[in-house]
Amino acid sequence: MTPKSARPCVLLVDDYPDAREMYSEYLQFSGFDVVEAANGIEALQSALDRTPDIILMDLSLPVMDGWEATRRLKADERTASIPVVALTGHALAGISEGAKRAGCDAFVTKPCLPEDLVKEIRKVLDENSTSTPKKGRRSGTYAKTSS
Amino acid sequence: MRKSLLKTPHSGLSSRLLSPPAALVVGGRERKPAKRSNGSPYTGVPRVRVAVEGAIGGEEDVLAAKVRLLEGFVSRTDLADCTQHALQWLGDVLGSHQSVCLVRPLAEQMLFVVGAHGLRGSTLGSFSISVDDWANPLVTALTNRRQTFFPAAHSAADRRRRPTTPFEDAAFHVVPLGTGIAEEAFGLLLIGGAGPLPLELPWFISIFGQKLDQILRQQSLVEGDRRQGRERSLLYNIINAVTDPILLTDTEGRLLIANARALTLFTASEEESEGRRGAVRMNNMLLSSALSSKAIEETGAARRELLLVNPVDGSDLVFELLSTVTEDPRQGSGVVSILRNVTDLRRASEEIEEGYRKMRIAEAMARAESDRLNLIIDSVADPIVVTDAAGATSLMNEPAERLFTIPQDASAIEQRWVQANDAHFSSFIAGMLVSADQRRVGEIGLVDPKGGDAMPVEAIAGKILSDHGELNAVVTILHDRREALEKAHLYEQLKQGADELERKVQAATGDIAQQNELLRRQAIELEQASALKTQFLANMSHEFRTPLNAMLGYTSMLLQGVAGNVAPPVRRQLARIESNGRHLLTIINEILDISRIEAGRMPLQISRFKIPDLLGEVKAELEPIILRTKLTVTMQMDRELPPLTSDRQKVKQILLNLLSNALKFTHHGSITIAARRDARDRTVALSVADTGIGIAAADQDRVFEDFRQLDNSPTRAYGGTGLGLSICRRLAQMLDGRISLQSTVGKGSTFTLTLPLRGRR
Repeated sequence: MTPKSARPCVLLVDDYPDAREMYSEYLQFSGFDVVEAANGIEALQSALDRTPDIILMDLSLPVMDGWEATRRLKADERTASIPVVALTGHALAGISEGAKRAGCDAFVTKPCLPEDLVKEIRKVLDENSTSTPKKGRRSGTYAKTSS
Repeated sequence: MRKSLLKTPHSGLSSRLLSPPAALVVGGRERKPAKRSNGSPYTGVPRVRVAVEGAIGGEEDVLAAKVRLLEGFVSRTDLADCTQHALQWLGDVLGSHQSVCLVRPLAEQMLFVVGAHGLRGSTLGSFSISVDDWANPLVTALTNRRQTFFPAAHSAADRRRRPTTPFEDAAFHVVPLGTGIAEEAFGLLLIGGAGPLPLELPWFISIFGQKLDQILRQQSLVEGDRRQGRERSLLYNIINAVTDPILLTDTEGRLLIANARALTLFTASEEESEGRRGAVRMNNMLLSSALSSKAIEETGAARRELLLVNPVDGSDLVFELLSTVTEDPRQGSGVVSILRNVTDLRRASEEIEEGYRKMRIAEAMARAESDRLNLIIDSVADPIVVTDAAGATSLMNEPAERLFTIPQDASAIEQRWVQANDAHFSSFIAGMLVSADQRRVGEIGLVDPKGGDAMPVEAIAGKILSDHGELNAVVTILHDRREALEKAHLYEQLKQGADELERKVQAATGDIAQQNELLRRQAIELEQASALKTQFLANMSHEFRTPLNAMLGYTSMLLQGVAGNVAPPVRRQLARIESNGRHLLTIINEILDISRIEAGRMPLQISRFKIPDLLGEVKAELEPIILRTKLTVTMQMDRELPPLTSDRQKVKQILLNLLSNALKFTHHGSITIAARRDARDRTVALSVADTGIGIAAADQDRVFEDFRQLDNSPTRAYGGTGLGLSICRRLAQMLDGRISLQSTVGKGSTFTLTLPLRGRR
């Protein structure tokens, strides 16, 4: 394990630069270290390189989409324990189920205000730290999107 | 009869007759015995033995001689013996040394010699006289009871005048023998000699006559009895020999005489079995009842049947009873019954009768069968002709007669038609007769005798062969082909029409199929278009959201002062940006909801939840807006509301929509959120009532239509896509519920969502 700074590290995966920068800026503002990735391959690389505390994963990604990237992360024992919060602008039914099957721990629908996203990240991290040995009990962590 | 009658005297006589006869001298010379011989046993002459010597002297002697005669009679009962004694006495005492005694036994027509004295037996043996011989002077003497003297014959003429006697040509006297004057003489005494008769002769004659009469009567009585006995036994033998039972009964039906066969039927001894005796008793009863009734009803012969029981084996016997009433003044009336066993006869006659009956039945059946056959043949509409082996028509039914016989009032042309028919048919039959075919089917071109139309017929001919394979007859059935040809013609037309129709239908079907295919393609295209639209809307919403997400995010960050403090006017402007951004997001979400519902991609997530909690959340979520409007929002809920089983998120979405609408269209007053349970329908009514502007009755249905806001003008006062209520109604329907509206313009509106307590999914 690499030594951890006091600030939790968030791997932010989004192909839309404005959104990525917005969330990155706000997360840093809110006290997180942020590592950015623009596609699935980058996300996998960064996850291995930096071992983030949590990964925010947009599902619609070029090169390798978020579902495939999540599956690979969860399949690799080095990254399997890292919670993944799915983030998508698609609101059609089946998206959240697909994300869950791929191994996502939580699901957030865009548009999501930065502060709502930070709340969700904190919640997942809290749950994960209190039940570190056990990686179950993620069912309640799906965020409700405000519409 | 004669033999039997004289048998007894014969035996006595014959022994004496066998001894050498005394010399018979008539006129000093020996006489030849008469040639006539009839086989009579009285042949020969008894030997004369002189008992009294010397001639009759005084009175004393005469008396003593008479006594001797009478004594001799007393001890003698035999005719010949008596006669011999008498003639001996006559010779000895009265001096008549040649005498012959002839006697006519009772009921005899002959006079026989019963005794002779002083004559040769050879001439006597065959001497007899028939009383029917009226020419014989001896017969005259007998019938007239007259003493007659025949002098000696000297010439042939003399001889013709006198009868033939043992005295031949010598003179003799004839003395009749009899008792009373009135009665006929029964015998003659011939005394030889030309001299006068002795004086004592009349006495002798009277004594001798009485004695003879006595013996003859005695003999005739005995003989009668014996004869009767013989006759009776003969009669019995005869009737016993008859196998039919014969009975003599008195008028009361009592059995007097019965033959052996009848005895087995009508008598039984004590030793016989009980069954046999019973049968006999029954037979007697049956017989006597038959006879007595018969005797009462009628007289004379009558035939009737009598059913008896055979005592031997108990079987039934049927007799024919033939009864004759016999009238006998001395014995009374009797009934002679002959029973003729007709049991076998009856059986045979019954069998014959049964045979006749069967024959009659068979005959009747055969006749019925024949009638039925005729009926059937006549009832067949097709002409039927039966032809014999020579080709002559032996039978035809009525339809055939119409074709082949000339009607009485036929015109010349009609006659020709019939003749032509006959010729055609005959040629067909001729062909059939010479061919080896068992069956033949052909077509004959006949002419309808009524009207002369061509009448093609199908002829089906079959040969009827005997058991030996000889041709008996040909049966031909003719079938009018006109109808069939007409039908075939019609069928052809129909077929053409049907084919035409089929072609048309096929063409039309092809068109329809083509159109169906077109429609199908269009439907697919439409479906694809619809799917594309949905996909497009989904993509669009995604594409809309991505920039909107950034806009809202940065606005939020600015407002939070992430990039440093913001002046109040800027903050106010940022707030406007945020508000409009949110509104835009709502519009995008609603459009997405509609498209999701239309595409059937709005899954339900049924759960069980508490209504008060849900209502609290709804109110809390809109609390910021409520605070801004300064309206009073109150909640009214039944106590003990049961939990609701439904899609919580959808219910909340509906209620949020309704409440936000109420807030939007109410400027003052209050809003009441209520939850009421209807236990009977097992539903719950969630309503939002406001005191807002209200909706006119005419518009109340339209508010639920897509993109419908009552004020459609560009300058409308109220924002919104107009999709909210439409979505609410669709969601309610998805949840098996409904949304209703009660509203008065200017007073307010009440929207009520009614849901089943337990959703089906």
